[in-house]
Amino acid sequence: MMAAIMQNDAPKVQLPDAARATAMMQLDRAGWAGRYFARFDRDHVMQVAQAVAQAAHDNAARYAEWAVKETGFGVVAHKKQKNELTGFPLLEYYRDLDLVTPRVDADRKMVELPKPAGVVFALTPATNPISTLNYKVMLALLSRNAIVISPHPRAAECSLDAVRVLAQAAENAGAPSGLIQCLENPNVPLIEAVMASPKVAVTLATGGGAMVRAAYSSSNPAIGVGPGNAPVFVDQSADATKAARRIVESKSFDNSVLCTNESVVITLKANRNSMEQALRAAGAHLCRPDEVQKLREYLFPGGAFNLEALGQSAVTIAKAAGVRAQASAKVLVAPVEHVAAEEPLCREKLCPVLALASVGDAGAAIRTAQVVLRITGAGHSAAYHGEDEATAMRFAAAMPAYRVVVNAPCSQGAAGFATHLPPSFTIGTGYFGRSSLGENIGPQHLVHWTRMAYNRDQSVTFGGYEGIAPAYQNTPGGMASTKSVGAAPKGGASLMDRVSSRAGGDVDRDMLRQLILEELRSISGNRA
Amino acid sequence: MFDYGFFQFEDKQALYDRACEYWNPGKTKFWIDAGIDLVIDRREGYCLYDMSGRRLIDLHLNGGTYNFGHRHPELVETLKASLDHFDMGNHWFPSVARAGFAEQLVKASPGMKYAIFGAGGAEAVEIAIKTARYTTKKRKIISIIKGYHGHSGLSVATGDERFSKIFLADRPDEFIQVPFNDADALEQALKGRDVAAFIIETIPATYGFPMPGDGYLQRCRELCRKYGALYIADEVQTGLMRTGSLWGWQSYGIDPDIFVTGKGLGGGIYPISACMVSEECGGWLHEDGAAHISTSGGSELGCMVGYKVMEMLQRPALISNVDFVAGFFAETLGELMRANEDVFCGIRQRGVILGLEFNHPEGAVAASRALYEHGIWAIFSSLDKRVLQFKPGVLLDPALCQEIVDRFEAALPRMRELLRDMKRAA
Repeated sequence: MMAAIMQNDAPKVQLPDAARATAMMQLDRAGWAGRYFARFDRDHVMQVAQAVAQAAHDNAARYAEWAVKETGFGVVAHKKQKNELTGFPLLEYYRDLDLVTPRVDADRKMVELPKPAGVVFALTPATNPISTLNYKVMLALLSRNAIVISPHPRAAECSLDAVRVLAQAAENAGAPSGLIQCLENPNVPLIEAVMASPKVAVTLATGGGAMVRAAYSSSNPAIGVGPGNAPVFVDQSADATKAARRIVESKSFDNSVLCTNESVVITLKANRNSMEQALRAAGAHLCRPDEVQKLREYLFPGGAFNLEALGQSAVTIAKAAGVRAQASAKVLVAPVEHVAAEEPLCREKLCPVLALASVGDAGAAIRTAQVVLRITGAGHSAAYHGEDEATAMRFAAAMPAYRVVVNAPCSQGAAGFATHLPPSFTIGTGYFGRSSLGENIGPQHLVHWTRMAYNRDQSVTFGGYEGIAPAYQNTPGGMASTKSVGAAPKGGASLMDRVSSRAGGDVDRDMLRQLILEELRSISGNRA
Repeated sequence: MFDYGFFQFEDKQALYDRACEYWNPGKTKFWIDAGIDLVIDRREGYCLYDMSGRRLIDLHLNGGTYNFGHRHPELVETLKASLDHFDMGNHWFPSVARAGFAEQLVKASPGMKYAIFGAGGAEAVEIAIKTARYTTKKRKIISIIKGYHGHSGLSVATGDERFSKIFLADRPDEFIQVPFNDADALEQALKGRDVAAFIIETIPATYGFPMPGDGYLQRCRELCRKYGALYIADEVQTGLMRTGSLWGWQSYGIDPDIFVTGKGLGGGIYPISACMVSEECGGWLHEDGAAHISTSGGSELGCMVGYKVMEMLQRPALISNVDFVAGFFAETLGELMRANEDVFCGIRQRGVILGLEFNHPEGAVAASRALYEHGIWAIFSSLDKRVLQFKPGVLLDPALCQEIVDRFEAALPRMRELLRDMKRAA
């Protein structure tokens, strides 16, 4: 008893935060890796990208399971699909976009040289942890950047493991070690310090609004995107059955964790009954007014979205909210009287619950959709179902959104998987959404170009640049790929020592390179 | 006016005057005569700032003392936090900091059983030699010609006579020297079976980092075993990841009986050193643990800082960074050497330990001066002035590395000019 009283188990020394210093070391390592990767030629870059896509593909199911288990969000089968989509299909989409080779434009007397950003710092969310991670890594590779991932703490374990797998695949394909890394113990102050570090070229922020704003406030360039809240207008010209099927398919996909998912369906009063029937037929549960109230109370207790519902299935939510829905229900549809800021069901809902509003005519529908995007989701996405091009155009022109998906599921459509938009897990919300870019973010956003511009005066002739590559690209790509595992160390004189002893003689450039390469291998092998 | 609270100096000349008057006239004048008018004032990261405000990139690092740069924030915070609880401690008693740090060091040193602490490298060498004599009951110590192990009584006797004779501290009967990279000479010296230990820096620093020849260190190790002598690896400059391995001997695949570490172990902010011994060599710690005593050796504050140093050195990102820095200088200096062989004629390298050879017996003195004029501080090797010690830190980033190479290249014409003058004068 006496001993227990005298003993104080609190730490007696308040040591500095090692995570922060480690993160800064990781940035330096990434800086080195990026520096060497920026020398890679197109073929070598594509080899690395191919290997990483293969690893993403091979591990899609494993990480889908792991992510759902760790976070409790979403559907394994759908996550697997997304993880796969961010492997080969993403690579295929950008296969012909060469961000590596200089472009020669004889007509404009200009040569354009791509310059990678350097170190990309990327935040990844808990809702789409692995697909976002795969996607951001692929963007970095295609643009010859190094990337450091900061996963959402709730998905930290699967993310850390996935980064290891992708990094290993990249290294095996000849990439420099440290090109793809993951922060091990991220927390808010640490992330803010990294975002503000001069060693970071650009932050790719996908996540909560506060984090995106912090990225923009960091003093470093940032590409941050805001939340979605897509209104979907089902016009009277639409095939209600098809529209309802697409909406239900989209809204139930991965339990609606994609920010591109539909939030409020707007239909005309004249078509309300047929729309409700079509939604029911597509697998939706239409809530009665008392059920709508129960949903409202469950999803927005005290006004804020209930995170318990995030990424859960319609059945789970119905049960928790006290709504009697069939076990086959894919989506819960809550008819609402007024679309306004005070109606919580008109806010972003990352779960398979849809609000349904009916209005008098197309003009009212457009104004209602604008109200939805004013509540939240400006700059993000909207959808139109119908065959009336003039109305479609009016709708798109009026929307403060940079994507209007037509006759397609919005989740997959705006994210580029069911349309010809670029496949993306970072949806630029542009100036409407206080973001620097309004497009689906792609690798081209991580490269800037040095433009050699000739005198436009015709008396000055343009040079012959075809076949000339930047000198640094002649360096063997694997030069600096200092592998973290190597052969057992060999003793004896350093190879550089041997270089030195032969320096007076006829060491040719290739031999020197060879010796340096061997030396590098022996250096990296030493710590085995 | 330079006001440091306790003392004020009107200008740099005033400092020189008082340094000559009260501190060390010889050292003070040496640098003035060498054209290196450096008085370090502020220091941060891998940069030093002269009293004039001039910035210098530090590639001297005092033999790796500033492996992490100057005043690394994580180390400074560790020391400050430790001061809230610890002081130097009482060397008589077991202590949490010493036990904790010893355990960490032993676990990071395959084959070693105990860590015996000192305050500096020389003290650790002193402990190593005493330990060897206790273990073997023999007296003789072999070292290499131009080897360097410190300036205390036993350690200075192993080194160059420049440092021992002046103090009548050379003891040729007990301390024998053999040429480096000559295992046969070592064997001759060991044959009498009256030698306690062979002590060698894994790569001799003050000698200008000549690289051990193929199999040389292994053969020395085997010869020691054959003739009943102990092998002591002096890792003061080659340990702590500087060769790309935590300990330099690991990178050569040898297993010393005893090794010593110091300098960077205290992160440049609190002096501490350690003599690491195998179980076989730890006998005196059982017979009379107080046979070697050191009030400031193994200070608990030093143990706390050392613990942080060892923890930082074992982070994967740091290990990778060392590879990158080593690879960068291998490549870029190799290219510069090829283009300037008339001046800069050789590179000795292992990890971030580099010796650069210049084409004149005192070529590195000129190189050091030219680099100094171009914003880099790197020192020549005291015992081979042909070779410049070029010691990048383990945490260098790409931008600073590039700046070093750019400055080095810019300094080459000046090196050429100084070398030409030297040759003319000769």
